Amino acid sequence: MKRVKTLLLVFTLVMSMVLACACDSKKSDSGSGNQPAANTGNTSNAKIKVGVVNNPPSESGYREANVKDMEAVFSAANGYELKTSYSLKNDDQLQAAQGFITEGVDYLLISAAETTGWDEVLKKAKEAGIKVFLFDRMIDVDASLYEAAVVSDMAKEGETAVNWLLSQNLPEYKVIHIQGAMGSDAQIGRTGALDEQFASGKMTKVIQQTATWDEAEAKKIVESVINGGDDFNVIYAENDGMAKGAVAALDEAGITHGVDGKVIVMGFDCNKWALRELLAKKWNYDGQCSPFQAQIISDIIQGKRSITDKVIINEEKGFDAKTLTQADIDTYGLGE
Amino acid sequence: MDTKKKFNLSLGQLTIPIIAILILVVFNLIRDPSFFSIGITQNNDGNSVLSGNLITVINGASELAILAMGMTLVTAACGGQDISVGAAAAIAGSAFVKILKSGDSISVGTVILAFLFACVVAMIFGAFNGTLVAVFKIQPMIATLILYTCGRSIAYWINGGATPTVQSSIITAIGGFIPGIPVPTPVIIVVVVAIIFKLVFHFTSLEILTQSVGINGSAARLNGINSTFIKLLSFIILGVCVSVAGCIGVSRLGLINHETLLIDIEMDTILAVAIGGNNLGGGKFKISGSIIGAYVIQMLTITLYAMKVSSTDVKAYKAIVIILLVVIGSPVVKAKFEKLMTKLRSGKAKETVKGAE
Amino acid sequence: MKEDVLLTMRHIEKRFPGVLALNDVDFTLRKGEIHALMGENGAGKSTLIKILTGVYQMDRGEVTIEGTPISIHSPQDAQNNGISTVYQEITLCPNLTVAENMFIGREDSAWIRHKDYEKRADEILEKLGIPTRGVTQLGRCSLAIQQMVAIARAVDMKCKVLILDEPTSSLDDKEVNMLFKLMRDLKAQGVGIIFVTHFLEQVYEVSDRITVLRNGELVGEYPVEQLPQVELVAKMIGKSLDELSNLGEKNEKAAEKNDVFYEAESLSSSQALPFNFKIHKGEVNGFTGLLGSGRSESVRAIFGADKINGGTVKIKGENVKITRPIDAMKHGIGYLAEDRKRDGIIAELSVRENIILALQVMNGFFKPISRSESEAFADEYIKVLNIKTASRETPVGSLSGGNQQKVILARWLLTHPDYLILDEPTRGIDVGTKLEIQKLVLKLAEDGVSVTFISSEVEEMLRTCSRLIVMRDRHVVGELKGDDLNQAQVMKTIAGGEA
Repeated sequence: MKRVKTLLLVFTLVMSMVLACACDSKKSDSGSGNQPAANTGNTSNAKIKVGVVNNPPSESGYREANVKDMEAVFSAANGYELKTSYSLKNDDQLQAAQGFITEGVDYLLISAAETTGWDEVLKKAKEAGIKVFLFDRMIDVDASLYEAAVVSDMAKEGETAVNWLLSQNLPEYKVIHIQGAMGSDAQIGRTGALDEQFASGKMTKVIQQTATWDEAEAKKIVESVINGGDDFNVIYAENDGMAKGAVAALDEAGITHGVDGKVIVMGFDCNKWALRELLAKKWNYDGQCSPFQAQIISDIIQGKRSITDKVIINEEKGFDAKTLTQADIDTYGLGE
Repeated sequence: MDTKKKFNLSLGQLTIPIIAILILVVFNLIRDPSFFSIGITQNNDGNSVLSGNLITVINGASELAILAMGMTLVTAACGGQDISVGAAAAIAGSAFVKILKSGDSISVGTVILAFLFACVVAMIFGAFNGTLVAVFKIQPMIATLILYTCGRSIAYWINGGATPTVQSSIITAIGGFIPGIPVPTPVIIVVVVAIIFKLVFHFTSLEILTQSVGINGSAARLNGINSTFIKLLSFIILGVCVSVAGCIGVSRLGLINHETLLIDIEMDTILAVAIGGNNLGGGKFKISGSIIGAYVIQMLTITLYAMKVSSTDVKAYKAIVIILLVVIGSPVVKAKFEKLMTKLRSGKAKETVKGAE
Repeated sequence: MKEDVLLTMRHIEKRFPGVLALNDVDFTLRKGEIHALMGENGAGKSTLIKILTGVYQMDRGEVTIEGTPISIHSPQDAQNNGISTVYQEITLCPNLTVAENMFIGREDSAWIRHKDYEKRADEILEKLGIPTRGVTQLGRCSLAIQQMVAIARAVDMKCKVLILDEPTSSLDDKEVNMLFKLMRDLKAQGVGIIFVTHFLEQVYEVSDRITVLRNGELVGEYPVEQLPQVELVAKMIGKSLDELSNLGEKNEKAAEKNDVFYEAESLSSSQALPFNFKIHKGEVNGFTGLLGSGRSESVRAIFGADKINGGTVKIKGENVKITRPIDAMKHGIGYLAEDRKRDGIIAELSVRENIILALQVMNGFFKPISRSESEAFADEYIKVLNIKTASRETPVGSLSGGNQQKVILARWLLTHPDYLILDEPTRGIDVGTKLEIQKLVLKLAEDGVSVTFISSEVEEMLRTCSRLIVMRDRHVVGELKGDDLNQAQVMKTIAGGEA
């Protein structure tokens, strides 16, 4: 009992210290708001300081490639000094961004966990003369608060995939739609185009469920459809992992899939292992949202590229099992 | 063995989980009798295998059942729960994959080696949790919060890549079906683990020692029981369960996503233990109760899926049913119920007396 | 006379699975009366009281207060009818303050004004002469004080009927006198007090009337003057006194000749100051002294129950290390702890499991006692020690105190110890069982087992021990044997009058 009390006490102490620190850093930010800007002017010969606030590479194969790309482009060899902070939590990210502003970076690159809550921080960055780039994901703020946003157009990605599906000219489309974590950009973008087809009646929704990016959950969803005896011929899974879960359910039930199979399997992200499934004709389609935004941002920073539109859409790809080559896998595949 | 008596005694604790299962069965029978149809289908590997919702339930609950067995022991000994089992399973699964991918080809030997490695890793993390709880006397939930928070990052470090995959017929057999056997392999593994638990209880004095430590630690100590060791042991045993569950999880799909592998399973595991009628404050326990609890939870989930309830809503419905179960199983309601029963009985008795007069 | 009646219980019947706990029992309490409720363990005293306080529901019978029939379904009902209880085991919250404990669950308004309560608590405590303050955390008070706080709480609730269930079992003489004064004050105010105790002298000191129960049945109600102590005991146990006093001979002389079994030199623990101690094979000796004198702490050090700080220990002349209970057990030492509830029973486990526990631990992790073997052991000891239980699978927590104690005794006897330490084995136990335990101790000694016996009742120790080690303020202050073994000498040594 006593020990628990002591622990709680220690915990409270630590928490209050953290809070105090957080408050302190805020104060010091507003106090020395203009200093970093002065620095920027004086240090043209020195390396360009770039602070990157991103999701952790462990989040997904996409993120891993994204982080690696950032590290490769903003390397010391290219004249950069890179500082990074990875978190899945918006609050942590906000704190990290604060920290970078206080440290006085020249550029702040952000891929936010959530689209809201960034106003304050970006205003401070602006006051401090720090230029902000958004990458991968948009944030709900006034466009004046950032230089440019290099993002994937998830909606376009979904459209590309659905258009490919329509081009298969199936007599009927009975779709199992497995969604990602509800509310995430990827889910919204990849769901949108398909929802239009459901609404227009061109495709039939057998089931539309979120598996929250969880492979095992995806398998459960498909199993429940199979056990329920409903007929279907398309599985549209919003990432590769969930597609793999769905395929496992098909395999156990003895339902053929892929090129020449009964069920068309569609995934997203273009992990190398997933593309190999395509190559083996077990899946039909894999869409990609490009994780490579660093070069575009670097080009803008170094003046090699001018900003015509604040929102720069990264090019998206979609691969068909019938046309995929090993070279594609090597070039565009994520992970190993 | 006086099995009949034992059964009667245990029924007290198992009443709620058994009633819960029966209610779910009846509900499904009314809703759609075909829910229980079991068929044999030819799977894509050419094996004849059992299929149907019931198989899905029993198969899908495997990891949960195995974790619930270990969790029961920790609960009994420490009077608290390990909330890091999901994260630890991700670590064990990653360790499993790490060894599998280290060689060029995957043989039975590699798989065994990989499993043993995963066990050792999970046992070390179990021992870590156990040390915090048993030696430093930190509340289990708080102690395991550490691994709960950082476990999946550790899992990531092991393999680096986000979703490493393994391709092997052996792995497919572990996570799916062994050629020629129509029963899903995970189900067989659950049975094996349950038998091992039974054997451990038969050939060691673990059961009575654990219960003594959980009920009255002070008295246990004065009877020469090393309660630190018992608590530590319970966490290490849970570690083994975690690695079995993690390896099954990995084998099902032949890939490990450390962010989603057995995600949120810790809460289901604790619920399984609670639904099984075990006191979450420690003490007497019944492993069988927890296993039934695991199937109750899985059955509930699959029923909701079969009803095409949106998977975002499933959690809410699950919560409602579980609240009901736990409240019905609570001592307060039980006492009220017993009171009501005695009242009814005495009421009847009085009536007969009056009748006689 | 009639209007003086405060509480009546008529034809009370209560059945538990397999046991008829109360059979057609009557009980009457008058205003301004201290009424002793007497009986052995299992006689039905506790059941009767629990029915009165709403813990159990009676199966048949009726209860009236001041002539009005009442029904009691919960402790709250009892309280609302003016029935308050102070239980044998303290049921307050040790982590709250004294004041909080006195007012918890009965706040008059939604707003808890700590200051007011502390003030009120201090007033009551002062009036009752209880040496503590409202702001003190209850857990920091001695058991005696905690008991008195519980009484103060009941008193302050303006109860008509006050039930004191073994209130004196952990109080010393001074505190007992304080309590008795309090009881007499309350009596003068017209409160009816039901007094349950095992101390016969105390019954005669304060009670007006005695009701005796035996085996769930009423033996009778007697004014205290009309029932001599000898007859009371006979009525309680239903046997003649001759039978009782026939304890068997102490073999004082014989033991001295035997080898020394255990010897400790300046043994000390985190709780006990260094002391020397030895016991011969087949000897019965005892530690005596007031509560807190260090007698329990010393035997705990022998058993390795607390952290050992120093000293050398020899068993059968060989140096051994005993730092944990398991070490002591492996050297043939058994220890029945003072606090049965906290350190003895595993309440939710069955009688059988409780009996085999120590043997199981000694056998080791990989040699479990089989079900059939353990059943045989349990049956044997249930029979030998005459343990009253519905079955061997009954949770031990549901047994009466005396039977719980027997279960723990059985647990240690099953390990066939060479040396058994019994710390207050007879506390809160009825006369009959007390005698059984005393007999058992002498029988064990005859069989060559060494026994160290601790009891608050000096008389009991004089009957069993051939040597007494007297402690005061955590120091050994004397050792008595032979002719010095008499009440007066023991008292003198405890009080420190010999110098």
